[in-house]
Amino acid sequence: MSNETQTMTVLLVGVGGQGTILAGDLLAKTAAASGYDVKISEIHGMSQRGGSVSTVVRFGEHVASMICDEGCADVIVSFEAIEALRAQQYLKRDCGRLFVNDEAISPVSVAIGNATMPGDVSARLEELGAVRIPAGHIARSANSPKSTNVVLMGALSTALPFEDEVWRKIISKRVPPKTVDANLAAFDAGKQSARA
Amino acid sequence: MRRLLSGNEAIAQGAWEAGVHIGVGYPGTPSTETLENLSKHDEVYCEWAPNEKVALEVAAGASMGGARSLVTMKHVGVNVAADPLMSVCNTGVNGGLVVLAADDPSMFSSQNEQDSRNYAAFARIPMLEPADSQEAFDFVQRAFEISEEFDCPVMVRESMRIAHTKTLVETGESHNDQPLRSFEPDPAKYVMMPGFARQRRLFVNDRTRKLVEFAENSGLNRVEMRDTSIGVIASGAVYQHVREALPNASTYKLGLSWPFAPQSLRAFANSVDKLYIVEEACDYFAEHIHALGIRSDAFPGIALPEEGELTPALIKRAFSIAAPYAFTAADDLPPRPPSLCAGCPHRLVFVTLRNMKAVVTGDIGCYTLGATPPLGAVHSTVDMGASLSMAHGMELAHVQERTNRPVVGVIGDSTFAHSGITSLLGTVYNGGSGTLCILDNRTTAMTGCQGNPCNGVTLKEQARGLSPLDVPAGKPLDIEGLCKALGVDDVVSVDSQDLAAVKEALKNATDSSDTLSVIVFHSPCRLIDRTRKSAPEIKNCRACGMCIKLGCPAIEKGDDGKAYIDFTQCVGCGQCAQVCPFGCIESKGE
Repeated sequence: MSNETQTMTVLLVGVGGQGTILAGDLLAKTAAASGYDVKISEIHGMSQRGGSVSTVVRFGEHVASMICDEGCADVIVSFEAIEALRAQQYLKRDCGRLFVNDEAISPVSVAIGNATMPGDVSARLEELGAVRIPAGHIARSANSPKSTNVVLMGALSTALPFEDEVWRKIISKRVPPKTVDANLAAFDAGKQSARA
Repeated sequence: MRRLLSGNEAIAQGAWEAGVHIGVGYPGTPSTETLENLSKHDEVYCEWAPNEKVALEVAAGASMGGARSLVTMKHVGVNVAADPLMSVCNTGVNGGLVVLAADDPSMFSSQNEQDSRNYAAFARIPMLEPADSQEAFDFVQRAFEISEEFDCPVMVRESMRIAHTKTLVETGESHNDQPLRSFEPDPAKYVMMPGFARQRRLFVNDRTRKLVEFAENSGLNRVEMRDTSIGVIASGAVYQHVREALPNASTYKLGLSWPFAPQSLRAFANSVDKLYIVEEACDYFAEHIHALGIRSDAFPGIALPEEGELTPALIKRAFSIAAPYAFTAADDLPPRPPSLCAGCPHRLVFVTLRNMKAVVTGDIGCYTLGATPPLGAVHSTVDMGASLSMAHGMELAHVQERTNRPVVGVIGDSTFAHSGITSLLGTVYNGGSGTLCILDNRTTAMTGCQGNPCNGVTLKEQARGLSPLDVPAGKPLDIEGLCKALGVDDVVSVDSQDLAAVKEALKNATDSSDTLSVIVFHSPCRLIDRTRKSAPEIKNCRACGMCIKLGCPAIEKGDDGKAYIDFTQCVGCGQCAQVCPFGCIESKGE
C-alpha cells in the first residue's frame, strides 16, 4: 500500500463483454468483507459493445477518489494482451504488478484492415514485468470457459492481503450455484499459475 | 446493514426507505439502474415512460394526488422534461417530488456534457449533490422531506462517477410506509393561468428566501478545517478527488448546490489564506459564488481543463504537485472503439445505406455505431427523434437533388416512441416525402435492454424477468399501424436479417421521390435473442473483402487478405454468407 494515502489501487482492463465487471465485484466484496473501506468504479454504456473497458477498485482504511491516475495502480489485471499495453501508464513504475491474460483479441480496426496489431507484444509485456496467465486456456481446458475472469482473480489474489477463505466465500455466494465448484477450481488454478 | 452499493442502487434504497410510492423515468446512462432497482420492491409502483417529459408529468400528477414520487433521467433527459419542470417549480408539490438527473462529464455515453445544476438554479429548486453512495442514500431521503416542507420539487444530481461507483452504505432494513397525503382541489396552486401563475411567482420568491436561510443550516454543506493556507470549494466526485490530491487542504464541501449559503461561504473564504473553486467541465460554482461577492484565487499551476471529468492528477497539476513516475502511454496500438455486436440486426441496413451512398440522419441508440468504420453510414446524431425531423429539414434544403444521394432518416424503436412520433407527424402534416427507417430490435438495447412501448414490456414485468420475445401479440405497439394512422401511405415491414429484402425495400423507398415512405425493420437484438447457430464455413475465399466490410467482430482479415471466422464470437446469423459475392461462405443453418 502507498504510504501517503494507505490506499491500494487495482485496475482491471479488458474488452467489453469479458467479465471485468463481475471480477471487479468479487474483488470489491472481498475487500469489504476483509474489513476495508472500498470503492469500485465501472464504465457502463456504449463501451460495453466490444470497446476497451476498465474497472477501478480501491481499498484501504479510508478511500477518497474512485479514479486511478497514471502511475498509481498497485496492480493491473488485464483480460487481454493489447489492453495491458494500453493501460501501462497507469502502473506504478517502481513496484506495480501486472497480470495479463495471455490472449490477444483483434479490435474491429484490425479485423477490417485499418490498423495492425503490434508485432512485439511479448517483448513489451516482458519489459513491463508482466506475469502472463494463460487464463482463457486454463478455463477452457477445465470445460468452463466463462471462468476466465475468476482464474485471473486467483492470480490477482497472490498480490493482495486478503485471506483465501474470504475470496472463496465471496465467489461461492456470487456465481451461479451450479458453477461454484468450477469457479473455485478456476480460482486455485489462477493462483497456481501466478506462483509458477 | 452495511452494503456495497452504486450511487444508483443507493438512491433506489433511500427512496424505498423514505416510502416513495411512485417511480417513473426513461432509461439513460448513467441513470438507468436507479429505477430498475427501485422496481424490485413490491411496495413501490414503477414504470418506464415513453420519454422524460411524460415521466415528470406522471410524477407531478402523482405528487399532486398525494404520493411521494421519484423521476429518473440522464442529463439530456432533463432537456426533454424541462417544460413541465419549469412550471412544476411554480405549482409546487403535495407528496414529495424528487427529480434525479445523472450527468456524464467526459461523455462516456452521451452526446453532450451539460451540467444539470444549471436547471436547478434556472428553476429555483433545491439541488442536492451526493459525493458517495452513503450520501446518495441519505440525500434522497432528505430530498423528499425538503420537497414537502418547502412545497417544491427537489433535484438530486449525480455524475457518472457517483452513479456507477460502488461504496459502502449503512442502510436501514425496512420500507417506511408513508400514507398518501390527502388531495384537495386547489386551482390557485395547480392551474397555471396568468392570474394564478403571478401569485405563485410571489410564493416562489418567498420560498427562495426561505431556502437560502435553510441552506445556511441544512447540514447538507460541510466545512472541514485543516491547513488554513489552502481552502477548496468542491462537490460530488470532485470533492473526493480534492481529498485525494490535497489531503491537508481545508474544504467547503457543497452538498446543496442550489441555493448557496452566502454567510457560511463567506465565513469559509475569510478563514483561509487562498480560496480555490474546483469543479469539472463548467463554471457553475464559480459564477454563483463570485456573484455573491466572494473572490477565488487562480491556481498556482496549470489551470484546470474546461472540459471533461477531473481527476486527482489534474488537481495536483493545478497545484504544481509533481505527478508520479510512470510509463509513457503507448501511441501505436490499434484503437478499440465499441462496435455493433456479432449478428446485430442493424448491420445489414447500414451496409446497404453505405453502399447506396445515402446521406443518413441518425439517432440515439446502439445504431449510432453505424457511423463508425467500416460502416461509416451515419451523418448526424443530435438528440432523440432528430433523425426523422432532420431528414425532413435536409429535404427542404434539397440535398437529395443537389447531391444525387438519397436522404434517409434512421431511428430505433424506443427512440421512435420517445420523440420520433411527433417528428414523423410533422413531416406527414407538411407534405414531406423521403425515406424513414424504424429499426425495431424489440428492446432499448444501448442502456441494457429495457422495456418500452414498442416491445410492450412494462418495468414491473421487466423486473419479473419477462422477455420482449414472450410478450403476447397485441400488447406491443403496432408501429406500422401507427405510421399509417399518422397518414403515411407507404409503410412496409422488412426482416432486417434478409439482405435482399433490405436492399429492395430501401431501393423502392428512395426511388419513389414523391411519396413519404416508412420502412419498419424487424429482428430482435442479439442481447435478448441469444440463440446461436453454428458458425459458417469459408471455402476458397477469394479475399475480396466484402464480408470484412460488414465490420462484424467475428470476422477477421488474415495476413493473406482472406476472411477468417472467430468461432467464439460468431452467432451464426448468416449476414456474411449473404454479402459474399462468390458464395464461398456456407451457412450451416441450425
